[in-house]
Amino acid sequence: MNYRSSFFILTCIAFGFAFLYIPILSMVVFSFNASKLVTVWDSANSPTFKWYYALLNNEEILDAAWISLKVAVINATGSVILGVLAGFGLARFSQFRGRFTLNAMTTAPLVMPEVITGLSLLLLFVALEQLIGWPAGRGITTMTIGHMTFSMAYVTVIVNSRLSSFDTALEEAAMDLGARPFKIFFVITLPIIFPAILSGWLLAFTLSWDDLVISSFTSGPGSSTLPMVVFSKVRLGVSPEINVLATITLAVVSTMIVAVSIWMARRAKLDKGAA
Amino acid sequence: MALPYLWLLLFFVVPFVIVLKISFSDIDLAIPPYKPLLEWIGKNSLAIRLNFNNYAFLFTDSLYLHAFANSIKVAFLSTLMCLSIGYPMAYGIARARPALRNVLLLLVILPFWTSLLLRVYAWIGLLKANGVINNVLMSLGIIHEPLTMLFTPFAMYVGIVYSYLPFLILPLYANLEKMDWQLLEAAEDLGCRPWQAFYKITLPLSRNGILAGSMLVFIPAVGEFVIPALLGGPNALMIGRVLWDEFFSNRAWPVASAVAILLLILLVPFMMWYQSVQARETAGAR
Repeated sequence: MNYRSSFFILTCIAFGFAFLYIPILSMVVFSFNASKLVTVWDSANSPTFKWYYALLNNEEILDAAWISLKVAVINATGSVILGVLAGFGLARFSQFRGRFTLNAMTTAPLVMPEVITGLSLLLLFVALEQLIGWPAGRGITTMTIGHMTFSMAYVTVIVNSRLSSFDTALEEAAMDLGARPFKIFFVITLPIIFPAILSGWLLAFTLSWDDLVISSFTSGPGSSTLPMVVFSKVRLGVSPEINVLATITLAVVSTMIVAVSIWMARRAKLDKGAA
Repeated sequence: MALPYLWLLLFFVVPFVIVLKISFSDIDLAIPPYKPLLEWIGKNSLAIRLNFNNYAFLFTDSLYLHAFANSIKVAFLSTLMCLSIGYPMAYGIARARPALRNVLLLLVILPFWTSLLLRVYAWIGLLKANGVINNVLMSLGIIHEPLTMLFTPFAMYVGIVYSYLPFLILPLYANLEKMDWQLLEAAEDLGCRPWQAFYKITLPLSRNGILAGSMLVFIPAVGEFVIPALLGGPNALMIGRVLWDEFFSNRAWPVASAVAILLLILLVPFMMWYQSVQARETAGAR
């Protein structure tokens, strides 16, 4: 690249990252602000941890976080099981009846507007309840089913793309040496696609933890998730406790992402060294 | 394979059939608030009553058509804005040194992993009358009265572009990363200007990345609810919000279903387009 165009690109990158990060950083900074006005810096009493204490004593938020955590863990585990099966089918079997439909059904939830998915799931649950009496009312179960339906699509895409770049010679060698298909899957295939499974699990967890729209449609009384509580608070205006929540979320997420990517980079190096 | 197949069939495809069914039923003051389509009249005859009034209603009340048109406009303009910010970023990341490239990529992915709701909330703090932007501009003496930014179309566009930008950068980067940069050098050796080389080589070769990224922004943005609800103010007419209000505030389940069906009919062609672009991309990669 010549000097002028690389200068242009650099400016764009700097501007783009500023755009992405200024809002996030502003939440972190103002989470330490003493003033209840949130964005007006009270320099006499700041920085302070008082909103951190307030958040940790807020029963409503803690209860909601507990529900969100339960739903997110069950959802992530279930989505990984379904997503690995679907991704395996799509990557390994080029011809089977229903391949086109399965492919379409796993792509559509990625782009489907959430209001449509949420509404349709709720109407399904209501119809099922009328027809067979299950699910009786709505709550954590229906919400988890809703989350799994769109999360598994993401896991499928990740697993599918990992399996597509996978050398099947290893499996064939094991088969020639007399390993049974079941053993091959657990001893060879699973460890190799493990990074994809881990990213899929984390992604499914995050999608569920963050979801507002599908949860609002499919939850019942007494099962408000964290995003639902945050949404109702934010609608009334800014609140210092939400800044604290955002800061904690950011700290956890970035630690996790950095740790996982360092681990994966090391693993990739090891793989290269072995080969 | 059968398990995920059946799962998606039951919880993704069948629900749409039910939405379609309810969009043809009458509203009722009952739980659930709609009348059945099938009714036994007399002893051995089953009557099906399809009620087209919900759809007729959507086409006669200008609110709905207006909301549809506005959603498409907002989603389209937001996609263009995402492209004009995201393309240079994806390009720059793809051309950076490998070590730096991974760090930059991580920085694009990171906001995507933190809650959308919280990131939209951050903009309320920045844009409101006594918010960060107004405070900074006033203390610098650039403005003397706070600008009204929150609850305007401007705030809504900012929120949508901000939230969906990573969705555009990632597929575009994946596409540009595979590009053979020697082609550009060859073109410049043959006397092409940098902009010409970009226009004639990079842009056509990244076509699939542009399309895939744009679809990932456009399709969900048409039905977006959270961002217009929090940043757009009471007048921000978006179809996702209309659907939400019909359902939760008016308890008009049949009308909400009809809105969902029309929205789906509008978006299905784009979804099929996205799928065919994706198929071409993976086929090209192998």
